[in-house]
Amino acid sequence: MAEAEESPGDPGTASPRPLFAGLSDISISQDIPIEGEITIPVRSRIREFDSSTLNESVQNTIMRDLKAVGKKFMHVLYPRRSNTLLRDWDLWGPLILCVTLALMLQRGSADSEKDGGPQFAEVFVVVWFGAVTITVNSKLLGGNISFFQSLCVLGYCILPLTVAMLICRLVLLAEPGPINFMVRLFVVTVMFAWSVVASTAFLADSQPPNRKALAIYPVFLFYFVISWMILTFTP
Amino acid sequence: MAAADELTFHEFEEATNLLAETPDAATTSRSDQLTPQGHVAVAVGSGGSYGAEDEVEEDSDKAALLQEQQKPQPGFWTFGYYQSFFDVDTSQVMDRIKGSLLPRPGHNFVRHHLRNRPDLYGPFWICATLAFVLAVTGNLTLVLAQRRDPSIHYSPQFHKVAVASITIYCYAWLVPLALWGFLWWRKGVRERMGPYTFLETVSVYGYSLFIFIPMVVLWLIPVPWLQWLFGALALALSAAGLVFTLWPVVREDTRLVAVALLSAVVLLHALLALGCKLYFFQSLPPEHLAPMPQVSPLPPNVPRPSTLPQSMATS
Repeated sequence: MAEAEESPGDPGTASPRPLFAGLSDISISQDIPIEGEITIPVRSRIREFDSSTLNESVQNTIMRDLKAVGKKFMHVLYPRRSNTLLRDWDLWGPLILCVTLALMLQRGSADSEKDGGPQFAEVFVVVWFGAVTITVNSKLLGGNISFFQSLCVLGYCILPLTVAMLICRLVLLAEPGPINFMVRLFVVTVMFAWSVVASTAFLADSQPPNRKALAIYPVFLFYFVISWMILTFTP
Repeated sequence: MAAADELTFHEFEEATNLLAETPDAATTSRSDQLTPQGHVAVAVGSGGSYGAEDEVEEDSDKAALLQEQQKPQPGFWTFGYYQSFFDVDTSQVMDRIKGSLLPRPGHNFVRHHLRNRPDLYGPFWICATLAFVLAVTGNLTLVLAQRRDPSIHYSPQFHKVAVASITIYCYAWLVPLALWGFLWWRKGVRERMGPYTFLETVSVYGYSLFIFIPMVVLWLIPVPWLQWLFGALALALSAAGLVFTLWPVVREDTRLVAVALLSAVVLLHALLALGCKLYFFQSLPPEHLAPMPQVSPLPPNVPRPSTLPQSMATS
């Protein structure tokens, strides 16, 4: 190796050695492996997306979406500070809940239209425009949640109130009276509190701390109006 | 801490005098440009009243103000333009609500509480709350009446929500528009004080409606004279707030115009309260209901014979 370090082009030396003569003495004693694969192993997931979602059966598609909706229902029923609802938002759940609630709030057409309870369209409008207004309000106050994420959370948190509507309808099958009303009042109050707590758990972190109450109050008003519609329902 | 409190109080007064006597810096800038002079004026006032609290808040306030002065003014088609109308904290909204509940003669709501930062959060959500509370308590009155007299037919009456919200929102937005237009038209008469901007007028009206919310809830008590008493009290407080706010602007006008304007404002407010009482709190069976009774003006301080509508005599 010492020969290799000598500069063969040194003008002072008049040696007749050829250029790079020392290099021929270098030998690579070890086998440095320089061969290998340069192909990236194809992940099996990519292969799945390539062909399967178009070719899978309709049942698979529906079940996948239903499972996602069901998973979010579980998150609403046991509210923790998680962001599952925020990460993969979808609006199927709110649509199913809103339609169910509006259908259950329908009464028979025996009553005059003017004096009756909310019609299907009124419930729809109250729920969706209420959710949109609250979302716009929270964005105007400086919250950093996206539009559809907020709609998703507000829609999913109607689930406890829909359950309350189911229970109220069952309770109303029994005889009317003050006990009947007390039971319904208790159920609706508990579910209203559950809805507000669940939506607060998801939405509170997206607001700046000195405006949290300003953003939460419209949510409270929104669920209060829906609870009122449920409580005043008479078949 | 007492010395600091004294200092903040004096600064407060000087700031409001400054704001009153420099109309160009205070009010018209808000309608023309969004940021520079208006926010400079605010720095004096907000530094005074929040000085007793965290210094961190004050520093971040000033830092935010300085940043805003450097930003270009957003056009009205951008989201940022509307965001500037919601630039309030919880404490500020509570302070404004408290200020509207307790009007004092020299205490101008626009100068002392809004201070060049009118917001739309208060008016919008107070109107929404009032509309829903009206519908809910009106329905509750029917429930309670049915308990006393089982012949009354109960129904949820959901259409009243629509009526309530349309009425309240029209009042809280169209009347300030008319008032602002009128004051703008009479602007030439005044030397000292410019008119309030449209947003400030809307804010004043919105916050003045807040007292109607507890009044409507108290109307659940089915004692008629108590209901009229609460109504008169709330109307007096609310109208007083409006009058004290508008007085500095109209007092330089001719006497006739000033008196006419203020009495028109009070009259409209009284009409609103009366209309709410009559329409939402009738506890009669539906057959006896007159369709939206003809409301004759009945201001509490003007003795005038008026023809009472049929339902009013029985409610």
